[in-house]
Amino acid sequence: MALLEVNNLEVCFGLRKGEVKALRNIDFKIERGERIGIVGESGAGKSVLGFSIINLISQPGYVSQGEVMFEGQNLAKMNHQQLRSIRGNRISMIFQDPMMTLNPVLTIGDQMVECLMEHRTISKQDARNIAVQKLQQVYIPSPETRLDQYPHELSGGMRQRVVIAIGLLMDPDIIIADEPTTALDVTIQAEIMELMLELCERNNVALILITHDLGVVSQVTQRTFVMYAGRIIEQGPTKEIINDAQHPYTQGLINALPQMGVRGKRLHQIRGAMPSLQSVPVGCAFRERCDYAIENCSHNVPDFTESGGCKVACHMVAELKREEQAVKLEIKGGAQ
Amino acid sequence: MIVQLNESLLQIRDLYKRFSISGDFLDQLRFEGGKIKRHQEHVHAINGVNLDILKGEALCVVGESGCGKSTVARTVMGLLNPSSGSISYEGQRIDNMSGKALMPYRKKMQMIFQNPYASLNPRMTVSETLAEPVQFHNPKWSGAEVRDKVHEVMFSVGVDPSWGVRFPHEFSGGQRQRISIARALAVDPEFIVADEPISALDVSIQAQVLNLMMDAQEQRDLTYMFITHDLSVVEHFGTRVAVMYLGTLCELGTSEQLFDSPRHPYTQALMSAIPKLADDRPNHIKLQGEVPTPVNLPSGCVFHGRCPYADDRCKQEIPQLIVTDSGTQVACHAVEEGRI
Repeated sequence: MALLEVNNLEVCFGLRKGEVKALRNIDFKIERGERIGIVGESGAGKSVLGFSIINLISQPGYVSQGEVMFEGQNLAKMNHQQLRSIRGNRISMIFQDPMMTLNPVLTIGDQMVECLMEHRTISKQDARNIAVQKLQQVYIPSPETRLDQYPHELSGGMRQRVVIAIGLLMDPDIIIADEPTTALDVTIQAEIMELMLELCERNNVALILITHDLGVVSQVTQRTFVMYAGRIIEQGPTKEIINDAQHPYTQGLINALPQMGVRGKRLHQIRGAMPSLQSVPVGCAFRERCDYAIENCSHNVPDFTESGGCKVACHMVAELKREEQAVKLEIKGGAQ
Repeated sequence: MIVQLNESLLQIRDLYKRFSISGDFLDQLRFEGGKIKRHQEHVHAINGVNLDILKGEALCVVGESGCGKSTVARTVMGLLNPSSGSISYEGQRIDNMSGKALMPYRKKMQMIFQNPYASLNPRMTVSETLAEPVQFHNPKWSGAEVRDKVHEVMFSVGVDPSWGVRFPHEFSGGQRQRISIARALAVDPEFIVADEPISALDVSIQAQVLNLMMDAQEQRDLTYMFITHDLSVVEHFGTRVAVMYLGTLCELGTSEQLFDSPRHPYTQALMSAIPKLADDRPNHIKLQGEVPTPVNLPSGCVFHGRCPYADDRCKQEIPQLIVTDSGTQVACHAVEEGRI
C-alpha cells in the first residue's frame, strides 16, 4: 500500500461570484521515502494541493470531492481532533517565509518544546534534549544557546533551518515543503536544498516539494508533477520530464528558462498568460496558448496518456512524439 | 548589429553610501562615564565602487540580498545622494546637480522597478500613467502628439493601445511590468536602470519580458544597467557582469568569461549555487558562516571571513580591482598573487 494516496481530489472555493474550482481530478500515490516535486506557475494550484493534503485549506475553501488516504485513513474526512494528531506529527509542513512561520514572541526552544509536549508525553528536559539533537541535525552551530534565542536574532537561512528542524521533530513520514527556499538567496538555497535532500534520505522521509524552480526540482526529486490551471497535466520521473517533456506546456516552461537559451538570443516564450481559475476555458485549459491545439482540444478535457515513463494529459501526445522522432531521424539522416 | 563597446556612458568613481541607523540627534546622545557622548552607527551599503557602463551594453549587477546592488542603482538614478564619490553621465557630473539642471538627464535615464504592483499608481489609468512623463518632459507637445506617443509605446511593448482606459489592477503581473517598461520607454531614454524587473514574475512571463527588453535594446540602442539576483538570467541577458559582495565589487567581466571561468572565490561559490537542470544533486561550493553585517565591516577584504584562501594580507589590506590574464577584473589578493 502506498504511503499516501490521493484519489480524484477536487477543492472548491465558494466566492461571491460563484464556486471556483482550484483543484480538479488530482490523482497520485507516494511511496515511503519518495521525493516528489510539484511545479507550476503562480495560481496553478500547487500550494492549494500541498495544503489540501493535510486539510489545511481555510474558508471559503473546502474539499468538495475525492479522498486523501494516509495509511488507510481518509484525511479529508477527519475532524479537528484527529487531524491534530497527524499534522506536525506524521505529516509536517515547511512554509515559504520562515519569519511568518516562527512565532516572534517565543524563543526557538519554547516553540520546539511546545510541539514535542503536544504530541508526546515526555518531560520538558527530555523535550529540550530532542530539540538540541534536531538542531544539530540541521547543522546549527551551538544549538543549546540558540534554543534561548528569538527568531529575529537569526539570519534568514538559519531561521529556515530551525523551521526544518521543527518539521523533523516528530520524525514524520511525509514533509510537505511549500517553496522552502524562495525567500532565500541562491547560496543559502543551495545549502538548504542539500540539507533537505540529506535528511530525507537518511531518515527515509517522503518529501513533497512545491516550487516554481525547475532547477531545484531536478536536483532534489525523483518524480515530478507539472500543474496548470488546477490540474496535473504531466507526471513522471523527474529525469524524463526535464530531458524529454511531452506536454507542450512543460516543454515551453523548460525552454523558457534562461539557461536553455543561447546567450544574447531571444528566449523561447509561451504566449499569453494562464487563465484565471474563475474562467478556465472548456476543454484543455492550455489550448489558447498551445501551438498544437486541434479541434478536439476545445471540447474535451484530455485524459492521461501513457507515454514513455510519463503520464501526459494532452490530445496530441502521440502525434508530437511521432513528430519528434521524425525530426530526430532527419537530423540523424542529415548527419550521415 | 555591431555594438561599439568602447565609449563609456556612465562612470561611477569611488562611490560610498552610508545610512545612519542611530536615529536623530537626541537619540544619538548617551550618558557614559559622567559625560554625554554622541554615538553614531552606520550601515555601510556601498564601499568604494568604481564602475564604467559602456554605451550599448547590458551591464548586470549581481549579488545576494543586502550587498548594495539596489543602492548602487538608486544612487546612479539620483534617488539617493552618495556619501562620497562621483557619478558622471557622458563626462558630466550628475550626483551634485540641482533638480532643475538634472532635468535633461532624467529624460535620458529611466528606471524600471521590481514590483509592478507597487510601482504603478492604482488611481491612474494606463494612458494617464504613460502620458504623464511624456507631457512633463515635452511641455510643448500638443495633446494629440502625446496621445500618439503613448499609443506607440503601448504598441511596442505588446499592450493593446485600446486598453489605455483601464486601471493597473485589471492587468496581470506580466502586463503590468510591460506597462512599467512602456513608461520608461515613453520619453525615449538612452539608459535604463532595471532593478530586479522580472523577479516578481513567473518563468514563462519572465521570458516574455526579457525578450521585450532585448528587442527594445536592439530597436532603440539602449544601454541597460540590470540589477538581479538571478544568475541564470544574467548569463543570458548581460554582456558584462559585475559581482558585488557587501558593498564592494568582487569581479567584473564579460558574461562568457565570468560564467566559464570565474576567478574570485565568491563568484565561484555563487556560480556553483545556481540550480542547473543538468545536475543530479546539489553540487556547490560551501561557504563558511554568513554574510557579515554591513554595520561593522570586516577589515581588509570584506570576504576574508568566509574565504577558503584568506591569509593575513586579506585581513588587513583591501584588495583593488586588477585585470587578470583572462581579461576579467578581480579584487582578490589570492588571485593577484597567483595562489588560485
